[in-house]
Amino acid sequence: MSGTNRPRRGWGARLVILIPALWLAVFFAVPFLIVLKISLSQSAIAQPPYTPVLDLAAGWQGLKDWAAGLSLESYALLASDSLYVSSYLRSLQIAALSTAILLLIGYPIAYGIARAPRRMQAVLVMAIVLPFLTAFLIRIYALVTILQREGLLNDALLALSLVREPLVWLSTDTAIVIGIVYSYLPFMVLPLYASLEKMDDTLLEAAADLGCPWWKAFWLVTVPLSAPGIVAGALLCFIPIVGEFVIPDLLGGSDALMIGQTLWTEFFSNKDWPAASALAVALLAILLVPIMIYQHIQMRALEHR
Amino acid sequence: MRRGLSAFNMTAVALGLAFLYLPIAILVIYSFNASRLVTVWGGWSTRWYVALWNDEAMLEAAWTSLRIAFLSATAATILGTLAAVVLVRSGRFFGRTAFSGLVYAPLVMPEVITGLSLLLLFVAIEADRGFWTVTMAHTTVTMCFVAVIVQSRLLSFDLSLEEAAMDLGCPPLRAFLTVTLPLIFPAVAAGWMLAFTLSLDDLVLASFTTGPGATTLPIRIYSEVRLGVKPEINAVSTVMIVVVAVGIIAATLISKRGVVAR
Repeated sequence: MSGTNRPRRGWGARLVILIPALWLAVFFAVPFLIVLKISLSQSAIAQPPYTPVLDLAAGWQGLKDWAAGLSLESYALLASDSLYVSSYLRSLQIAALSTAILLLIGYPIAYGIARAPRRMQAVLVMAIVLPFLTAFLIRIYALVTILQREGLLNDALLALSLVREPLVWLSTDTAIVIGIVYSYLPFMVLPLYASLEKMDDTLLEAAADLGCPWWKAFWLVTVPLSAPGIVAGALLCFIPIVGEFVIPDLLGGSDALMIGQTLWTEFFSNKDWPAASALAVALLAILLVPIMIYQHIQMRALEHR
Repeated sequence: MRRGLSAFNMTAVALGLAFLYLPIAILVIYSFNASRLVTVWGGWSTRWYVALWNDEAMLEAAWTSLRIAFLSATAATILGTLAAVVLVRSGRFFGRTAFSGLVYAPLVMPEVITGLSLLLLFVAIEADRGFWTVTMAHTTVTMCFVAVIVQSRLLSFDLSLEEAAMDLGCPPLRAFLTVTLPLIFPAVAAGWMLAFTLSLDDLVLASFTTGPGATTLPIRIYSEVRLGVKPEINAVSTVMIVVVAVGIIAATLISKRGVVAR
């Protein structure tokens, strides 16, 4: 809007664009190019642990040497070892399952908040956000205490005689999903609430007046109208969950890894930087389409207001 | 508008909140447990807080984390507010789609990817890894959260106020600082708070970008937790929760008072 009002941009306005743009270009965009480059290198026992190293001081010859040394070795490794492929599939599977559960749990909560009296809504939203602000790592740690064999969940289940003997929770996929749902719930509830809160209740009344049962009205009116919130919430959860490291590392078992853990292990334990970079590039390739859809939604929300 | 909570709605919200708060409450209660066994209740005691107070390494890590969080949150608030102004106010300019892509992508990007790529950047430019590299990494990701929060406030902001100031001869920068900034201040403050807590809390980015001599609190806690559950960790967690909760409540009260004063 202001762009059309004031087409001429002074140096001040240019600086306002330039400063954050430069920062993000240097610290977010350029690093990806480096990851791409190193994923095409070979691992070596050196510091840094990969070859070839681009030697710009050697000029054209240096560039040629570097290009000649590039290899697809790391990608060949990814494709050949079933460990990596299964790790990707497992991550996608856990992320999809968790996102579905988050939607099922988050929708009634967001709906409940949106129906609450105005005055209470701000308080309830704050109550949902507050745990997100208090230390993610600590909350996962809190779950470890609760889910372990002698933990409080088993104590409670035994006391209620729901089970005969303690169940194994920790180091299972169930624990990972519980941890993910627990950590990402605010990310699902907030976009859902934002779209449900804007909804015009008279539409539901009109449906009721015309003889539509409430469950049908919910399915035909409420759900389609909250679709932007559903998509935004699902993507906001699904994308980071695929690459999640802390939750599966602390709550999951050691036999099957999620892709974030595999990348972490390649980097920190095996010191194979090219392999870790190739894993990152492949992970990004899978997530590129969801990320672009997410950005498209964000941009559209910005323009349509 | 017909509003009100049906029994089902109320149950859903109550269960959701219980699910979110119960583990935290249990953690806090067990930090006062006299027993060394985390799962057995042995009466009330503050012994783990005493142990924490004498744990030099843990306190050192906490101090490092607080300094990084303060610096990165401040830088992120400035950069993020600028980015929000660009997104909302700059209209169309060359590279706008790329710019918004750069602002929104870090919000969802898995941390292992961001962490790895930042580390490789720091290695490529031969930067000494440690305190400052972690601070820059945190600034990069948290500025995007600040941008989103400030952006939503700017969207509902009445542009005519700033235009009136400029029509009266106020230079743009001064109009922004004296008219716009005070009005969007609650969002800016909320952005700072979020950036601060995100930084205080981050394990993955810090692990990738740190170097010798700069162990942050989450790195320290993580290495302890991997060895098993320890009551002292409950104590340090409780302290962190209290610090953050007090900070948020204070920020809420300050921004409320600002509204009342106007």
